[in-house]
Amino acid sequence: MITKKGINASPGVAIGPALVLDTEEYRIPLRTVDPSQLATQIRNLDAALQASRQEVQELRVAATRKLGDDTAGIFAFHEQFIADPRLREQVVELIQQRRYSAAYAFGQVMNQRQKLFRSVADPYLKERVRDIFDIEKRVLRHILGRTREDMTRLTEPVVVVAADITPSQAISLDRRHILGFAINVGGPTSHMAIISKLLGIPAVVALGDITSDVSGGETLIVDGTAGIVVASPDPETIARYQERQREHERQVARLRTLRDQPAVTRDGVAIELLANIEVPEEAAAAVEAGAQGVGLYRTELLFLSSTRVPTEEQQYETYRAAVEAAAGRPVIIRTLDLGADKLAPALGAAPHEHNPVLGLRSLRYCLLHLDLFKTHLRAILRASVAGDVRIMFPMIATVMELRQAKATLADVMEDLDEEGLAFRRDLPIGMMVETPAAALLAPAFAREAAFLSIGSNDLTQYTLAVDRGNERVAHLFSAHNPAVLRLLHRVARAGRVYGCEVSLCGEMAGAPLYTQLLLGLGLRRLSMASCDIPAVKQVVRRTTLAACRALAARVLKFDADRQVLNTLRDAHRALDPEDES
Amino acid sequence: MAVTREVVIPNKEGLHFRPIMKFVDTAQRYQAGVTVHCEDRQADGRSPMEMLMLVATQGAKVKVVADGVDAEELVNALVSLVESGFGEM
Repeated sequence: MITKKGINASPGVAIGPALVLDTEEYRIPLRTVDPSQLATQIRNLDAALQASRQEVQELRVAATRKLGDDTAGIFAFHEQFIADPRLREQVVELIQQRRYSAAYAFGQVMNQRQKLFRSVADPYLKERVRDIFDIEKRVLRHILGRTREDMTRLTEPVVVVAADITPSQAISLDRRHILGFAINVGGPTSHMAIISKLLGIPAVVALGDITSDVSGGETLIVDGTAGIVVASPDPETIARYQERQREHERQVARLRTLRDQPAVTRDGVAIELLANIEVPEEAAAAVEAGAQGVGLYRTELLFLSSTRVPTEEQQYETYRAAVEAAAGRPVIIRTLDLGADKLAPALGAAPHEHNPVLGLRSLRYCLLHLDLFKTHLRAILRASVAGDVRIMFPMIATVMELRQAKATLADVMEDLDEEGLAFRRDLPIGMMVETPAAALLAPAFAREAAFLSIGSNDLTQYTLAVDRGNERVAHLFSAHNPAVLRLLHRVARAGRVYGCEVSLCGEMAGAPLYTQLLLGLGLRRLSMASCDIPAVKQVVRRTTLAACRALAARVLKFDADRQVLNTLRDAHRALDPEDES
Repeated sequence: MAVTREVVIPNKEGLHFRPIMKFVDTAQRYQAGVTVHCEDRQADGRSPMEMLMLVATQGAKVKVVADGVDAEELVNALVSLVESGFGEM
């Protein structure tokens, strides 16, 4: 039994067999084995070679039937390649002389072979490197157990163990069969964490080297609430976690009953709780969870999930579906926010940037690629007639950027007018506040934007100069850092002075620990993952605005985030479950 | 007793996938071991990977060296396979 501590990314408990994905082209960690194990390693190798050969044979037969001899020939070659006596000889040599594990030794030999292929001038042979990869994957899968599997074609429930999950992988997941995630890298607000929370799948990230600590098929417990992973647990441990699992489910069920209760403080102040969504289907789920609308509709997914830029019609249909699902509730659509951390294959390879987070991304990218941006805006505007659509520009640092974006939108409106296409002319135009510059200039922006929405994740990242996805500095990332809180306070105040609605979207909005503070700072509208709404609503209903204001006033005097955290925890604990409005 | 014969690769593709598959298949039917030489490179005649790495293109001269009880028959079989253009010409 091994227990590992990581960062809790998505709450809940999952227990099941591990599915280890090695996304990094099958680089198996260097592993030497005890001399007594060498014979076992060689047996594993032989069994894997035999099984792979059999598999390829079956593929060949099927291919001959379906595709003809030419395609089948490829498999015939694979078959011979696996049966190559020199291949086995070389691997066995490495196992015996260097005490490598079968997987590592095999990987090493295949690596040499790949290099050989690449070194050949003949383009036809060079191409064969792909066959080598394919063969290598097949055999390694047999050596390691059920390792590499396509996540879109899972047949039984598994706990996914991976170095990292890219957004495009995450969206292609077969949700029904994924019990939980245990991931090497990442922080609490990495994309992976956001998506697993959205899907309601327990997840622990920043586990270091979990992919090599766990082998396929091993039983794994993922405690996404505590941030703990247990491999090969004993029966008592399993029983203990099953109890926790039931407790979590009871809690979820309890919170669900809050759905139809209003989000009003005990002293009668109504708070608007909205949902963050990525796909139209989630809009319905958000309404189901008690959301009063969509506070952040991320539009990137359509661009990330395709190798081609989505057409205006595709975009329009998608946005309209989300707006219709919201059934008249407000839907704030954020324009394309693609950066180096989530690059769309559709947009082609971006030139290398030394500092992608500070580079050509998001609105900056859009303003430079006006055709793409205008098509996007047309689709949003056309979808606006289906409900209460509001538009929001991300990643703004200067007033000129907001003005340029608004001017582009005006151009597009003019085009639509000329073409006689319907759209809502009065749709509110707002912006994200996620750069310290935008927060400091909040009074200026509040005069020019219909609403401001604080993106607390990026605002924290840019204020503290911490990459939240880098687990070596992720501990420095805290949204309750006094510097961040002062910026939030400033933006909320500017909104009040200039009559500009201010909301907050980002992880902070969904964390009950922060709810009272955010209310005290002057925020009345919070947007979060729908699964967080009940817990936040519970806090709203148990507190008073007077208490929240007092809390905020006290917290704003602190200089260290540790003090802030302690005070917030005390205030959260002090909420009396019996005192509900 | 080692048996050596030289032969020229006649087919357009040279020693590519399919020819090599036939070559290796043939070599495996005999007991004798076989080594194939092309310029300064050499390959185990039963290893498709090594045979590919010979990069023997059309017109290349290769030397087939077999050693073992049925070396003579093996070399004959391989040489006639090569000379027939691997049955693909």
